[in-house]
Amino acid sequence: MYDFAYHKPTSIADAVKILAADPDAKPVSGGHTLLPALKHRLNQPSALVDLSGIAELRGIKREGDTIIIGAMTRHGEVATSDIIKSAIPALAHMASTIGDTQVRNRGTMGGSLANNDPAADYPAAAMALGAKFQTDRRTLAAEDFFQGMFTTALEPDELLIAIHFPVPKKAGYAKLKNPASRYSMCGVFVADGAAGIRVAVNGAGPGVFRQEAAEAALSANWSPEAVAGVKQDPDGLNSDIHGSAEYRAHLVTVMTKRAVLDAG
Amino acid sequence: MNAIAPFEGIGASVKRKEDLRFLSGRGRYTDDMNRPGQTHAVFLRSPHPHARIDAVDSAAARAMPGVVAIFTGADIKASGIGGLPCGWGVKNKDGTPMAEPAHPVLAHERVRHVGDPVAMVIAETRAQAKDAAEAIMVSYTPLGSVATVTAAVAPGATEVHEGVAANTSFDWHIGDKAITDAAFAGAAHTVSFDLVNNRLVPNAMEPRAAIGEFDPTNDEYTLYTTSQNPHVIRLLMGAFVLNIPESRLRVVAPDVGGGFGSKIFHYAEEAAVTWAAPRVKRPVKWTCDRTEAFISDAHGRDHVSHAELALDKDGKFLGLRVQTLANMGAYLSTFAPAVPTYLYATLLAGCYATPTIYAEVKGVFTNTVAVDAYRGAGRPEATFLIERLVDVAAKATGIDRIELRRRNFIPADAFPYQTPVALEYDSGDYQSTLDMALAASDWAGFEARRSAAAAKGKLRGIGISTYVEACGIAPSHVVGQLGARAGLYEVANIRVHPTGSITVFTGTHSHGQGHETTFAQLIADRMGVPMNQIDVVHGDTSRIPFGMGTYGSRSLAVGGSAMVKAMDKIVLKGRKIAAHLLEASLEDIEFEGGKFRVAGTDREKTLTEISLAAYVPHNYPIDELEPGLEETAFYDPKNFTYPAGAHVCEVEIDPATGQTEVIAFTAVDDVGRVINPMIVEGQVQGGVAQGIGQALLEHAVYDAEGQLLSGSLMDYTMPRADDLPNVAVSHHTTLCTHNPLGVKGCGEVGAIGSPPAVINAVVDALRDYDVTHINMPATPPKLWGIINAARPALAAE
Ligand SMILES: Cc1cc2nc3c(=O)[nH]c(=O)nc-3n(C[C@H](O)[C@H](O)[C@H](O)COP(=O)(O)OP(=O)(O)OC[C@H]3O[C@@H](n4cnc5c(N)ncnc54)[C@H](O)[C@@H]3O)c2cc1C
Repeated sequence: MYDFAYHKPTSIADAVKILAADPDAKPVSGGHTLLPALKHRLNQPSALVDLSGIAELRGIKREGDTIIIGAMTRHGEVATSDIIKSAIPALAHMASTIGDTQVRNRGTMGGSLANNDPAADYPAAAMALGAKFQTDRRTLAAEDFFQGMFTTALEPDELLIAIHFPVPKKAGYAKLKNPASRYSMCGVFVADGAAGIRVAVNGAGPGVFRQEAAEAALSANWSPEAVAGVKQDPDGLNSDIHGSAEYRAHLVTVMTKRAVLDAG
Repeated sequence: MNAIAPFEGIGASVKRKEDLRFLSGRGRYTDDMNRPGQTHAVFLRSPHPHARIDAVDSAAARAMPGVVAIFTGADIKASGIGGLPCGWGVKNKDGTPMAEPAHPVLAHERVRHVGDPVAMVIAETRAQAKDAAEAIMVSYTPLGSVATVTAAVAPGATEVHEGVAANTSFDWHIGDKAITDAAFAGAAHTVSFDLVNNRLVPNAMEPRAAIGEFDPTNDEYTLYTTSQNPHVIRLLMGAFVLNIPESRLRVVAPDVGGGFGSKIFHYAEEAAVTWAAPRVKRPVKWTCDRTEAFISDAHGRDHVSHAELALDKDGKFLGLRVQTLANMGAYLSTFAPAVPTYLYATLLAGCYATPTIYAEVKGVFTNTVAVDAYRGAGRPEATFLIERLVDVAAKATGIDRIELRRRNFIPADAFPYQTPVALEYDSGDYQSTLDMALAASDWAGFEARRSAAAAKGKLRGIGISTYVEACGIAPSHVVGQLGARAGLYEVANIRVHPTGSITVFTGTHSHGQGHETTFAQLIADRMGVPMNQIDVVHGDTSRIPFGMGTYGSRSLAVGGSAMVKAMDKIVLKGRKIAAHLLEASLEDIEFEGGKFRVAGTDREKTLTEISLAAYVPHNYPIDELEPGLEETAFYDPKNFTYPAGAHVCEVEIDPATGQTEVIAFTAVDDVGRVINPMIVEGQVQGGVAQGIGQALLEHAVYDAEGQLLSGSLMDYTMPRADDLPNVAVSHHTTLCTHNPLGVKGCGEVGAIGSPPAVINAVVDALRDYDVTHINMPATPPKLWGIINAARPALAAE
């Protein structure tokens, strides 16, 4: 780890001010991605802006048909929140499958979405549910927020504040974990909600993507059988020592079926 | 045997004494130690699998804050230091010695694997040392490289060491080729298959660490290091690398957090920090990162083999032929040549009365991390080959796999049994062990469970492995003939203190095995002293007379036997003292339950009274007997010990994803006499966890050039608790016939017996598909590929 300065502001405005003044400063939320990168000397920020002192970034609330989750909300809180469990049980279930207890007690939804790891869980839920991303200066749709592997629309000094999830009629999630890292090898989130019927895939590709053939099949007939014949094109999918693109393409179909079963 | 403490004698599941310390965070590991004035070392390592070092420019790095010194391979060479020694020499078929190229402490002129150390940076802090290491400019010219044994022996392959033809360190064989070929010529059936024993990264919980220290007032060196065998390190490093007399070199291996073999070997870093200490005139400490461990700890396994079995029309084995290419990595690590030869091919008889065996093994250099002993060392590779081959033969001949094993087992009345590959098994009863395993696993009820699984869409399979292994290493004269450059006896010193408490000094080392408990139990049982008055000391060459350390499941069989011998001497001396005090003749004095008694009377002296008399010799046979009550014994075993067992594994495969779940695992092991059943069960559970890890999860994968693709725990799959079943452990005991305790050893049986049981179960689960063999690890994509190729419709659910 290289040396860095450390700030712990108590308001969003102060945090943004520090980030704007120093282009090499970085926000840190749970630190479960950023700190390992620092330890491996893969990243050299001049300063870390610790978001854990900002009360405005925390909390889960329901406003009408929308669930609003603060960026600093830990995965463990999402997994156990009564509000989320009753409104979007698939999202609570998804959170409960992230990493292990220690990871869920540190990692945050904001950190995970801002990081946009192709193998992370949440991007699929955000994409399928048509979530809105509220930052300190604007609101972005999921399609605009995610911009491929480890890339988002956030400016370097822009903070993700909260994520707004429209409550769906139903939703489900299924994934196969990478046996080593336990991140997603292929996860599929299906939802029937405000944005229509959506099927979003994490883990299999270089970033979260929608499976349009499966969406069409489910729009015609919401059932596991309807998606059994959907063929994902392996072209462009990830291929590594844990599985070929063909294997991942096959998993897209299997996990879509299972997600529909999960959604009921 | 014991009147005082039956609850803590032999056979009692005494809780581990050391666990309070470990579980409450008070273990004292090498990295917990900090020496006055200490500096920190970091090693700059090669990013290339194979390259020429054209220049190392450390001028800028030297000027960085906190830097104390920077040393390169050239500096070490200039100081007259040679390379790291290999502790075992193997001969080629023609009797010539193996090729044994130099293994420099720091790479000089060439790097031969990713992770080869190029420079050592010493600084005030570890972070400063890392900063400076990044500032060193090394100019490399990349050379061609070979990562696999098959590529390395191919014509025209790049030479890892110039002049070592076909990258072959040794081309060795065992057994009689002509007789074996004749057996094949006359056989009713022959079966064969090709197999790979996957390469593993040991990953002990505690990474390696070392602190080198030099005291100029008396020219004494101290090395604190994460070792399974501090005396071996003292011998190898002192005598063969740094030329330090043993009398001036102390090696301390304090609490060590797991070794599994990887901490047997003498590594470059511990030599480098010891070498550097007098040069920087301060202690030098190095602690390995986990990522660094992946490219610097010796790896395990990595064999490519072809196996053939000849059978008569009734399924009797007539002969076995094996060819193996064993990956040595870039250099010969301390015991590397022994592993695929004398610890592997000598075990190829397995539990079977195969009359003739011929095995050829080539030890091959590649541009990868060195490969050496890893839990089981050679025996898991042999067991995987045989136990898969028997299943392959069962399928080919149509003979039931259990029946085929029974027909070929060495019968219980045939011991001692001389195999055609050098070993003489002393005891065993394979039929009975198998019977127990079949009953415990409800083998007979399997087909109903398979049908129930099929109804849920799962493919269920059951597999068995009946293994034998050779441990308790080893008779010195035997291993000496086979190329060992050391003896393999063990040493115990037992000190009865004046008031009767006891300290045992053992040359073995505990790094998770619970020796502080097992050995104390052994002493308590024999000496009649409560365990809380017995302390076991290990891991410090300045406290322990000598010792060869812990590996090859030898600590109890060899180290415990040395304790028995030392206790015999204590008891004899105690009887002499008692005879004097009780005015009786020596022959009439018996010792039992901590008391010396005149046979047939109630006249007795406690051990405490005797020890007090020995240290306060007022009324004492001083003309005939020295004061004090302390004895040392060296014990050299007469033979290896031969634990055996039957492991049964039951799995379910999800045909949609290829994922395997281990549903049940039954281990029935014959480890000889059991001192502490709880500790033995822990050893078996842990060994089976590693075996399941090898069979389903773990794989050190190099790309064709020699970059390690599974270089961290994000990509290298260590088994986790939820990958594993609770192993049902039980024992079927036949005693070792040649050591005083009748013990055989339990540290490796789990890792040896289990991998073929798992793969046999996986192959059985896929019995409706056309599969003969699946190499480890049986990963989801691999199994899905098999299923999908055969039945695309089913695979898509
Ligand atoms: C062992 C382990 C296992 C894991 N397993 C999984 C898994 O199975 N599935 C999964 O999805 N994830 C997994 N993770 C990742 C983890 O769950 C976190 O989601 C992830 O580390 C990011 O969240 P964080 O709060 O830790 O972010 P940090 O590490 O603190 O930050 C990540 C990045 O986001 C930026 N950032 C953080 N907060 C904000 C903000 N509010 N606005 C703008 N930028 C911000 C930071 O600057 C940084 O670049 C695992 C992590 C570990 C260590």
